[in-house]
Amino acid sequence: MWRYVLRRLLQAVPVFIGTTLLIYAMVFALPGDPIQALAGDKPIPENVLQTLRERYNLNDPLLVQYGKYMWGLLQGNLGENYTGQKVSEMLSGRWTVTAQLAVTAWLFELALGLLLGVWAGLRRGRLADTLVLGGTTLLIAVPVFVLGYTAQILLGLHWKVFPTAGTDDGWPMSYLLPGMVLGSLGLSYVARLTRTSLAENLRADYVRTANAKGLSRARVVGRHALRNSLIPVVTYLGVDFGSLMGGAVVTEGIFNLPGIGQQVFQSIQLKEGPVVVGAVTVLVLIFLLVNLLVDLLYGFLDPRIRYE
Amino acid sequence: MTSLRGASRDVHRRRRGRRATAALGAAALAATLGLSACGGGAEAGDGTFTAGHPEPDHLVPGNTTSSYAFDVLGNLFDNLVGLTPDGKGYNLAAESVTSDDQKVWTIKVRPGRRFHNGEPVTAASFADGWNNAAYGPHAYNANDYFSHIKGYAEMNPEDENAKPEADTLSGVRVVDQNTLKVTLNDPFNQFPLLLTYPAFAPMPKAGLKDLRAFEEHPIGNGPYMMSGKWERNKQIKLVAYPGYTGPRKPKNKGVTWKSYSSADTAYTDLRAGRIDVYQTIPAGKVPEAKRLLGDKFLPRKMGTIDYLGFPVFDKRFANPDLRRAISMAIDRQGINKAVYNGDYIPADSLLPAIIAGHRPNACGELCTFNPAKAKELYARSGGFKGTLELYFSNAQPTYYQWMQIVANSLRQNLGIQDIQFRQVPASDYFGMLNKRTEKGPYRQNWEADYPSAQNYLENMWLSSANRMGWTSKEFDGLVGKANRTADPQEALRFYNQAEDVAIREMPMIPLWTWAGQGGRSDRVGNVTITPYATGLLAYEVTVK
Repeated sequence: MWRYVLRRLLQAVPVFIGTTLLIYAMVFALPGDPIQALAGDKPIPENVLQTLRERYNLNDPLLVQYGKYMWGLLQGNLGENYTGQKVSEMLSGRWTVTAQLAVTAWLFELALGLLLGVWAGLRRGRLADTLVLGGTTLLIAVPVFVLGYTAQILLGLHWKVFPTAGTDDGWPMSYLLPGMVLGSLGLSYVARLTRTSLAENLRADYVRTANAKGLSRARVVGRHALRNSLIPVVTYLGVDFGSLMGGAVVTEGIFNLPGIGQQVFQSIQLKEGPVVVGAVTVLVLIFLLVNLLVDLLYGFLDPRIRYE
Repeated sequence: MTSLRGASRDVHRRRRGRRATAALGAAALAATLGLSACGGGAEAGDGTFTAGHPEPDHLVPGNTTSSYAFDVLGNLFDNLVGLTPDGKGYNLAAESVTSDDQKVWTIKVRPGRRFHNGEPVTAASFADGWNNAAYGPHAYNANDYFSHIKGYAEMNPEDENAKPEADTLSGVRVVDQNTLKVTLNDPFNQFPLLLTYPAFAPMPKAGLKDLRAFEEHPIGNGPYMMSGKWERNKQIKLVAYPGYTGPRKPKNKGVTWKSYSSADTAYTDLRAGRIDVYQTIPAGKVPEAKRLLGDKFLPRKMGTIDYLGFPVFDKRFANPDLRRAISMAIDRQGINKAVYNGDYIPADSLLPAIIAGHRPNACGELCTFNPAKAKELYARSGGFKGTLELYFSNAQPTYYQWMQIVANSLRQNLGIQDIQFRQVPASDYFGMLNKRTEKGPYRQNWEADYPSAQNYLENMWLSSANRMGWTSKEFDGLVGKANRTADPQEALRFYNQAEDVAIREMPMIPLWTWAGQGGRSDRVGNVTITPYATGLLAYEVTVK
């Protein structure tokens, strides 16, 4: 198993180089002059423009720019954005916000999703099942900004259950409402995956055998059927944690959470290559790590799976 | 409130606003990064209030032209000259600003004033701040505003690889502790108003020593000082400076500027009482806000004008009659009602109403919708052949809306059938105009840096500065003559004569002046938002 882990980690190196180059090239290809964008419609003297272009290597061809960036990265320097802020400083504060939001959303979809899925799966075809299926279909169908603004106006503004926006109340209070809005989509998928998978496994031979042996209902469902049903759910939850960490542009915007999603969005508009690449780089690492963890989890869920 | 800046300005920097409820905003006092327990606000009754706006770009005064930075800098610094709520200059940190020839200015700095760190504010503090901002290699955003001063060229060589010959402005001389002598390149009677621009703030020695620290924690000489560092993307907390002896003594204990990336969310927070003042309610929410906020809804005039410029360098647009015809074929009031709820003001002059020198109906029939006369002028000009391309940026969705109405008018009233829209990314837009690669009329706007007719006329029409490729010796001569004139009234007369030349030739059509809509909470009173760079007058706000 440790060889497997090591091999996976080594594979991460080319993936890492490939992604950063790709992202760098894409930001590079965006139209517009980032320095001019900073100034807006006020005149900016030519010498100021040139000095800034020179300072941020904007006059170099793509590969030279990328090389300089990677050289800095190897020395632990993520570079600066075009207003002179250190990218590492810009991102560190935002990662904490995004991490708190992602964890809240993820726990929400994990707990409630599993609960609803098991409930519906055990009552296939009955009212509970219909309710869960109907409710989750609705959640999937409603765009997140509609859900976000509605929740904000109703639960925040009118009923005052949660703060409307901002991070002033800290975790968890400030993150509950945005976390639920953000996690609602994942919740629906988790509930549906669990339901289908569980309902199917309940009809499998080994469940009939377990029942015939006289095992208790709780043990049959919990120990045998559910554990086996979790593989697709765990896969989904793993991938989804990765995307939640990628930041949620819309949700962060509605609830005024200064997270990574907003930063990447703004930086793309301003063509701030070093910021976008810095954020995405960390994200790629998180993704690779989470996927590795998910793969390792399979072994615990299904003892037949072995790592070579 | 300065100008719209490109992506940033138009897109995110530009419009601002918001406020909060009782328990709130200020609460942040204790807030140690998200750990504060209570819901967010200031403790009721601590005498501070909160205001919302988009995140500023910089807090070193010479390095920003963003109105969101001005929101904060205006509280932290006292410039030599300040602005009254109706846009007149008055001596703030200066005792006097005088000149015999409009070229050499003698400035007496008020003695005895101190920076927030205790350093005395002297003539050298101003010279230091200006030299720092004007030095080319620093590449500060407001660098260009110092170009009136002698010695600017030596600090900003044309050839970007050359090393500047000087690192201080030769035209700025510290005569003694409290006297500054400033020599300009040309006589310029609006110089005292230029001094109101935030970039002309003084800097303490401590700031020059460590600019990075200064950016996070500016040390000013104004009525408020920083309480803690700039919490990026979250808030900037200011508290009243106990040692302040100037005329802008705060009527409250402090103001916290909270950062919002969405105007809709800021407006919701205003309604929820989580912020006390918001200056820019989004256009779509204005009808609702008028109803819900009642007397807490704060409409205001603005100094931003939208224009439609012609690429006069393209000979298809060289005939003034064609440009006049297009101006008269546009129904400004109709567009205002259709796109802006009727809140904007159709332009009747090249200048907005808040600027001294604005004459009602100066533009006359040339800015009045008159399809018959437009058709007549169009015929006389020989018409327009080929595709008419209309240029605008994607900074605001409303640009496309009104451009479509303009296109319809031109089709119906002038019979120009082949019209194409060219929507350009905001970050490319001004680069394109500067390179003059556009092939048709383009939208642009101007917002005053300081409230003077000269600021509009020179930046938008002067032969050496305009984007149209329009040249007029008569116009340039009149502006230059006005700049040399000591008597303000007489100077205005020359500015107006120059304006008349630009109206007659119509290289750029004025469309409408923007309007601003803000709101406040129950907790605060006496909220004044000026249409100038001074914006919200935080020191006037009373807190219940």
